[in-house]
Amino acid sequence: MKESKLRKLKTEYLGRTIVTVFGISIIVLTLAILAFLGYKGSATFLVNRHSLASFLFSSNWDPQQAGQTGSVGSAVFIVGTLEVAALALLIATPFSLAVAIFISDLAPRVGQRFLRPIVEIFVGIPSVVYGWLGLTVLVPFVAKIFHLPFGFSVLSAGLVLAVMIFPTITSVAADALQATPLESKEASYALGSTRWQMIRRVALRYGRTGILTGIVLGLARACGEALAVAMVVGQSNSFAHGILAPTNTITAVITSSMGNTVNGSEYNNALWSLAFLLLLISLVFIIVIRVIGRQREER
Amino acid sequence: MKKLVASVLCLALLAVVLSGCGSSSNNTSSNTSTNSASAVTGSIAMDGSSALLPLAQTAATQFQAKNPDCAITVNGGGSGTGLNDVLAGTVDIGNSDVYANEKLTAADAAKLVDHKVAVIGVAPIVNADVAAKVKTLTSSQLLGIFTGTTKNWSEVGGPSEAITIINRPSSSGTRSLFQKWALGGQKSAEGSTSLQTDDSKALLTTVGSTKGAIGYVALSYLTNPNPQVGTVGIDGVDASYANIYSNKYQVWGYEHMYTNGQPKANVKAFLDFMTSAEMSGTIESSGYGVIASLNSAAAASR
Repeated sequence: MKESKLRKLKTEYLGRTIVTVFGISIIVLTLAILAFLGYKGSATFLVNRHSLASFLFSSNWDPQQAGQTGSVGSAVFIVGTLEVAALALLIATPFSLAVAIFISDLAPRVGQRFLRPIVEIFVGIPSVVYGWLGLTVLVPFVAKIFHLPFGFSVLSAGLVLAVMIFPTITSVAADALQATPLESKEASYALGSTRWQMIRRVALRYGRTGILTGIVLGLARACGEALAVAMVVGQSNSFAHGILAPTNTITAVITSSMGNTVNGSEYNNALWSLAFLLLLISLVFIIVIRVIGRQREER
Repeated sequence: MKKLVASVLCLALLAVVLSGCGSSSNNTSSNTSTNSASAVTGSIAMDGSSALLPLAQTAATQFQAKNPDCAITVNGGGSGTGLNDVLAGTVDIGNSDVYANEKLTAADAAKLVDHKVAVIGVAPIVNADVAAKVKTLTSSQLLGIFTGTTKNWSEVGGPSEAITIINRPSSSGTRSLFQKWALGGQKSAEGSTSLQTDDSKALLTTVGSTKGAIGYVALSYLTNPNPQVGTVGIDGVDASYANIYSNKYQVWGYEHMYTNGQPKANVKAFLDFMTSAEMSGTIESSGYGVIASLNSAAAASR
C-alpha cells in the first residue's frame, strides 16, 4: 500500500507539481510585470499631475528632472511608432505572402527544404546587426537616391523593420496555407481550376485567418523593436511630413534616455508611461489575434 | 561508467589540491612584495556616466596594479544610473557628468558627497565639408544654428549645404553642458532637420557621414584623429584644455564621483588616487582636464 503511494507520487504527482509550479510562476511573472509597469507608468498622471490627453495628444516633449516639471506630450513618438510599423507591414506582407504560397503550393519540396530554413535564418540575426547594416548601407543609400542631406527617415526604418518581420509573417502564413485540407484542393482541381485559381479561391481563403494572425504578430514585433529602429529613424522629435522625413518612436526614446534619468523624476516617470503604453499596444494586438483565432475555431 | 566517474572525481580532486598549493604560494610572494606599500583591500563598485567611463577604467586598472588586493568593478549606464545606484547603496561610487541637484531632488542630492575628479570640455563638431571652410563661429552664430534661425552654412561663411543638427537626448549631461555654456541656456530647436543619437560615438559617426551636420561631443571622444569631422572654435577660441585652464573657453564642466555619505577607507584611497598628481598625465592623455590646472578665474566661474 505504502509502496504504491510512493510510486504514484513519483509517476504522477511529482511531474504534475513541477509543471504546475512553472506554469503558475509564468502567469505570476506576467501579471507582476503588468502591475509594475502600470504602477510606475501611472506616476506621470498621479504624481506629476499630467492629463492623459496631454500625454497622448500633445507633441510638446520636455520632461524635467530634479523635482521640476515640464511637459510630457508623446504624440510624436506614438504616431512615429505606428507609422514605421505600418510601412514595414506594407512592404513585408506581399513578399511574405508570395514566399508562403511558394513554400506551400508552388514548390513544396524546394520550399520546405531550402526556402523555409533560409527564411528562418532571418529570425536568428540579432537586431543590432540589422540596425548596423541599416545605418551603414541603407541610410546613405536612401540619402543618395532621393538627394537628401541625410537618409534617416521613416522609409529607412520601415525597410529595416520589414526585413525583420518578414520571417514571422511568412512562417505563420505558410503554416496556415499548408493546413488547407487536401480534399478541398483536389475538389478544386476536379472542377477544372488551374493551380493559381486553386491557390486564390481555396488555399488563400482557407488560410485567411492564419495569414491575418501572422500579419498582426508582425505588427506587434514591429512596434516593439527598439535597437534597429533607433539607429535609422533619426530620432527627431517632430512629426514626419512624409516617409522621407525623420521622426522618433516610443522604443527609441525609452532606450536613449533611461540611463540618464533618475528614479522618481518626471522624465523617468514619463518613460515608464511610454513603456506601459507600448505594453497596452501589444496587448491590443494579442486580443486581436485571439479574436481572429476564435473566428477560425467557429468556422 | 562508474570507473569513468571515479577517475573524473580523482582528477578534479587533484586539480583542487594543486591549485590550492599554487594560489597559496602566490599569496606569500605577493604579500612580501606589497607589504611595503600601503595596501588597500576590499572591493569598490562604481557605475554611471559613460563620458567618465574610459578614465574610471584606466584609473581602476592602475590603482589595482598598485593594490592587488583591492577589486574594483567599473560599469557605465549613464549619469542617471550612477546617481540612482549610489543613492540606493548598490554601488560605492556613482559617476555623473552633472551636479546631483540637476537630476535628483534637493533632499536626495543632500545625501550625496561630491568628489570632483576631472574637467571635461565639450566642443562643437561639424562634418569635414564644413570644417574645411568654417574654423570658428561666434556665439550668436552658434545660437542661430542650434535654434534653427540659420538654416544654411553659406549664411555663416561655409559651403552651400543645409544645416542638420545632431543632438544628444535632452536627458544627456553633454547636451545640458553645451546648452548651458555654448547656447546661453537656450534650447535647441526640434524639427525635421534636428536629429538625435543615443551616444557620443554614434553622434561622431552620424556627423561624419551627414553633409552639413553639426553636433557636439566631449573632448575625450576626440583624442584619436578623425578625418570625417572637425572641431569648430567659439568666438575664435579653440576647444582645448589650455584654453579652458586659462578661462578663455567656457564650454566645460566637472566630472563627478558621488559617494553616499563620507566614503569608506578604500573608496577614499581610490578617490585620492584619482585626483593625485600621479594621475594628471593619464587624465590629460585620455582627453580630460586636470582640476588643479584651472586658473583662479576659471575655477571661480563654476
